[in-house]
Amino acid sequence: MKVLVAVKRVIDYNVKIRVKADNTDVDLTNVKMAMNPFCEIAVEEAVRLKEKGVATEIVVVSIGPKEAQEQLRTALALGADRAILVETADKVDSLGVAKILAKVVADEQPGLVIMGKQSIDSDNNQTGQMLGALTGMPQGTFASEVAVDGEKVSVTREIDGGLQTVALNLPAIVTTDLRLNEPRYASLPNIMKAKKKPLDVKTPADLGVDVASKVKTLKVEAPAARSAGIKVGSVDELVEKLKNEAKVI
Amino acid sequence: MGILVVADHNNASLLGATANTVTAAQKIGGEITVLVAGSNCADAAAEAAKLNGVSKVLVADNAAYEHLLAENVSLLVAELGKDFTHVLAPATSNGKNILPRVAALLDVAQISEIIAVESADTFKRPIYAGNAIATIQSEDAIKVITVRATGFDAAAADGSASIEALASVQDAGKSAFVGAELAKSDRPELTAAKVIISGGRGMGNGENFELLNKVADKLGAAVGASRAAVDAGFVPNDMQVGQTGKIVAPELYIAVGISGAIQHLAGMKDSKVIVAINKDEEAPIFQVADYGLVADLFSALPELEGKL
Ligand SMILES: Cc1cc2nc3c(=O)[nH]c(=O)nc-3n(C[C@H](O)[C@H](O)[C@H](O)COP(=O)(O)OP(=O)(O)OC[C@H]3O[C@@H](n4cnc5c(N)ncnc54)[C@H](O)[C@@H]3O)c2cc1C
Ligand SMILES: Nc1ncnc2c1ncn2[C@@H]1O[C@H](COP(=O)(O)O)[C@@H](O)[C@H]1O
Repeated sequence: MKVLVAVKRVIDYNVKIRVKADNTDVDLTNVKMAMNPFCEIAVEEAVRLKEKGVATEIVVVSIGPKEAQEQLRTALALGADRAILVETADKVDSLGVAKILAKVVADEQPGLVIMGKQSIDSDNNQTGQMLGALTGMPQGTFASEVAVDGEKVSVTREIDGGLQTVALNLPAIVTTDLRLNEPRYASLPNIMKAKKKPLDVKTPADLGVDVASKVKTLKVEAPAARSAGIKVGSVDELVEKLKNEAKVI
Repeated sequence: MGILVVADHNNASLLGATANTVTAAQKIGGEITVLVAGSNCADAAAEAAKLNGVSKVLVADNAAYEHLLAENVSLLVAELGKDFTHVLAPATSNGKNILPRVAALLDVAQISEIIAVESADTFKRPIYAGNAIATIQSEDAIKVITVRATGFDAAAADGSASIEALASVQDAGKSAFVGAELAKSDRPELTAAKVIISGGRGMGNGENFELLNKVADKLGAAVGASRAAVDAGFVPNDMQVGQTGKIVAPELYIAVGISGAIQHLAGMKDSKVIVAINKDEEAPIFQVADYGLVADLFSALPELEGKL
């Protein structure tokens, strides 16, 4: 079974972002970029499926600037077999990404698509579900366990009240949650080997997809800051303040 | 025309966030219809009919909708959605699962987790774990939106909308519910609680959460956790507060043995009063805490319990 994994280049999760002075966007100049953490979990899951003999080939795809090749090379070093970059300098929204991925799915015919549940920059949590709608595939979102069994995949999902398990007909889409696995690090020899693995570059136009968005950002602001609080010296003082000053207990 | 609100519920009752979503719909303006798609869901529908501002409740009662499988419910919502200007759902795990599928079926963008309505086409939403707030405008003919409950008050339950049964059954036939392991607790639900006490890696293990439970019992509080505490297996996943867990904004949030990573802050920094108990006085959680106590939690928690 072929597994397709979508990976996004985003700001490193450790970076504290700043809003630009003109309020048009956040400032990403000279900021460390990385693979979206949920996409790392997606790559890891695909690699484990290959190690188990369930997956035969892992194709990773990213939509973004030329530099997204770095994240694709990382995925190749982690065990993916080949990569596709759909290169565009434009900001593509989740619907646009899903439309591009739907074309890639039509070309590649994967048995399973694994994606992150959420990008940590846009915090959208949309693309996997949208790809499901566009391809007609069922979806196992927020997955903490994935088991392929013949023509079906069983997905345990992290939901508000606990856990839910669904059975999906293949081909299907899985979006990863934090507990699905703990991603490995790429070894130096594998990083070297990854440089020789195939990486195809296309454009949205090559795929015949119009990625123009109907949603525009008018303004980006810093959130309201909390005013600095105080340190209390004892549990007694804490209880007294909560009762008499904050009046919350 | 008007606004369609997709209710989240468990057939027997409505999930609280649905009432906050109705308030967001009121701010957009227009006639509000609530869809309750479920199985034997008359009780949930009756609750929806009471929400202030709702004029009609559509009930799709069929086995295909029992577990709100996205493949089935999205087909129904997309079919209905064509006749509305806005389709809203709470940003609960069901809303997040279903609504993007609806948006793609309607060939429009989705606007996730709005926290404010500026006008019928302009909304505010947090990005980058809440470290920036974006104001966005949509030119799509149908605006498909999930609503963050902490951004809106719950609509009152003093209305009386009409209830109408829908005949349409949409079964994609590609997915099936197998089972669920739902947490049982006598404590309030995290997203509805007025007081929350959360534990982090500093709790050391799952048994030590009993120390938090005892304080929670005194305060009528819900108990939450950081990702590290969930990953370590101390407590179940549904207790995680943060960017990628639950978003809460109680009157009082007490963070115990939690360092205050931005991903955790993203889920609780809109709480009215924040208390931090941590033995490291440099812990970043103190930068957002109204009251910080530098102490070992193993002595502070029993003392706190005793003094409440
Ligand atoms: C993609 C992604 C998504 C994430 N989503 C979330 C999320 O939704 N929610 C979330 O919480 N995190 C999330 N995280 C993880 C986040 O970055 C932090 O790793 C996590 O919040 C740390 O948890 P912690 O504060 O419990 O642990 P630590 O950072 O290890 O802090 C433990 C704290 O306990 C204190 N302590 C230890 N012993 C004691 C004692 N005896 N008495 C008092 N204090 C003590 C220590 O001083 C320390 O400050 C996410 C990370 C990523 C990459
Ligand atoms: N530009 C992109 N390129 C590749 N995959 C993407 C892109 N944007 C989103 N995705 C995938 O969709 C997931 C969810 O993203 P989002 O819906 O934007 O929160 C990510 O974790 C990726 O797997």
